[in-house]
Amino acid sequence: MNALDFLIIGGGPAGLMAALAASDFGLKPLVIDENQKLGGQLIKQTHMFFGSKAERAGTRGFDIGIELAGEMEKRGIEVWNNSPAVGYYPDGTVAVLKNDKLHGLKPKAVLAATGASENFVTFPGSDLPGVYGAGAVQTLMNVYGIRPGQSVLMIGSGNIGLIVSYQLMQAGVKVQAIIEGLPNIGGYLVHASKIARAGVPILTGHTILEATGENQVTGAVISKIDDQWQPVAGSQQNIECDTICLAVGLTPLTEMLWQAGCQMNYVPELGGQVAWHDELMMTSIPGIFTAGDVTGIEEASTAMLEGELAGLGAAKYLKGDSKELQCRIDDTACRLAGLRAGPFGQKAREGKCKLAECRRT
Amino acid sequence: MRIETHPILDFQRGPKVTFYFEGRPVEGFSGETVAAALHAAGVKILRHSVKLNRPRGFFCAIGKCSSCLMEVDGVPNVFSCITPIKEGMQVRRQQGRGRITLD
Ligand SMILES: Cc1cc2nc3c(=O)[nH]c(=O)nc-3n(C[C@H](O)[C@H](O)[C@H](O)COP(=O)(O)OP(=O)(O)OC[C@H]3O[C@@H](n4cnc5c(N)ncnc54)[C@H](O)[C@@H]3O)c2cc1C
Ligand code: FES
Repeated sequence: MNALDFLIIGGGPAGLMAALAASDFGLKPLVIDENQKLGGQLIKQTHMFFGSKAERAGTRGFDIGIELAGEMEKRGIEVWNNSPAVGYYPDGTVAVLKNDKLHGLKPKAVLAATGASENFVTFPGSDLPGVYGAGAVQTLMNVYGIRPGQSVLMIGSGNIGLIVSYQLMQAGVKVQAIIEGLPNIGGYLVHASKIARAGVPILTGHTILEATGENQVTGAVISKIDDQWQPVAGSQQNIECDTICLAVGLTPLTEMLWQAGCQMNYVPELGGQVAWHDELMMTSIPGIFTAGDVTGIEEASTAMLEGELAGLGAAKYLKGDSKELQCRIDDTACRLAGLRAGPFGQKAREGKCKLAECRRT
Repeated sequence: MRIETHPILDFQRGPKVTFYFEGRPVEGFSGETVAAALHAAGVKILRHSVKLNRPRGFFCAIGKCSSCLMEVDGVPNVFSCITPIKEGMQVRRQQGRGRITLD
């Protein structure tokens, strides 16, 4: 068993920022990730970020991933790739699988920055080959340079649906339509307009009735829906496509936090069950931190700042307070509040408020 | 199905690797996963489901949904979406729970 300050589970934007922030204040973190490459979802994101310069607006997601990974290397922060955390034991041991061998790590502080997994919707044919999660499409296209198919029906008009549609077009795939059950487009209007200008219809108030095809997707039947989400008779349309992409939300990957016995609360605004945490991202169990999508589905820029707070929180927990640390914490918290201030941060703001309430009762 | 030109990305593919799918040689590039390389070769059906024997493909690509289980070098239930290809690897579509060989 290794002696270890700070174990970070998950090398996405949240985990990497936590490692860098913690190392700024003298901790020696270890980052483990089950993936071959560091960066989490960032490695597949080819669009430029929004927000202020301080939050790397105008930089592409994968470049941020490379930058953060490079900084990790520069500082000599230890990283284990291909190493999933597979269990948390009551004495504080985290079991990590590396090279087919199980390692028991007993860190003084631990951060779960495990991200999220994609939601599914069921309809007849939804199990056919050719139905993909948006993340899978991004992985295939942007990591491996492989098209998922020739023509796609996108389900969901949130930012992920819109962005991945645009990326499909850049990869030379025809996007037949984007359908959305709600009466309004879910994501940023700038993204939606860009896609609409390129001639892709965005059909709000529509759902998919079925995917057609014997062995793989050959098409889809879609229909208008009324305000009870019932199909409107006579409005059915056949869409010719070999790929159906689901961009219908994400659910936090909370296994480690459940196993650790952290207080969990169901907050729909945050994407489901999440661990209660304080201002420095510490859960109900001292020394266990959480940050990023696993504590509420938002975006990479907020995940980075939450990660930074968790790293600073771990430093404070293990080394105590200092004026310098407190300044950094205040600055990071302020930037995070700034990112969440706009109308698109409303859901996260409400969710986080609800979560804060849960501890007081 | 490979993307040759892209406005933003430049794909640096590793050296070529030949593996076998249902006994037939398939070429992929080092660093690719089994499911990705098969996909590039036009193979979308990766297995047949346990109960209804329905075809299944790629869904999550991150080892979380079990949609892509295949038989790799005689071992069933391998997550083909996160398993890198290797020279000479034998990959087969899995039927149901797959066949296991016990010694
Ligand atoms: C398809 C898709 C498109 C998106 N597009 C955008 C976008 O355009 N702009 C934007 O701002 N945001 C986007 N997001 C959201 C953004 O990617 C996330 O908010 C952000 O990546 C969250 O960061 P994270 O560090 O919390 O999680 P992740 O980036 O998901 O990283 C989590 C990491 O943890 C690892 N992990 C999980 N479980 C374990 C375990 N048990 N053991 C070891 N490692 C583990 C994973 O391998 C992964 O590397 C998108 C998300 C998706 C799914
Ligand atoms: S595609 Fe989901 S586990 Fe492989």
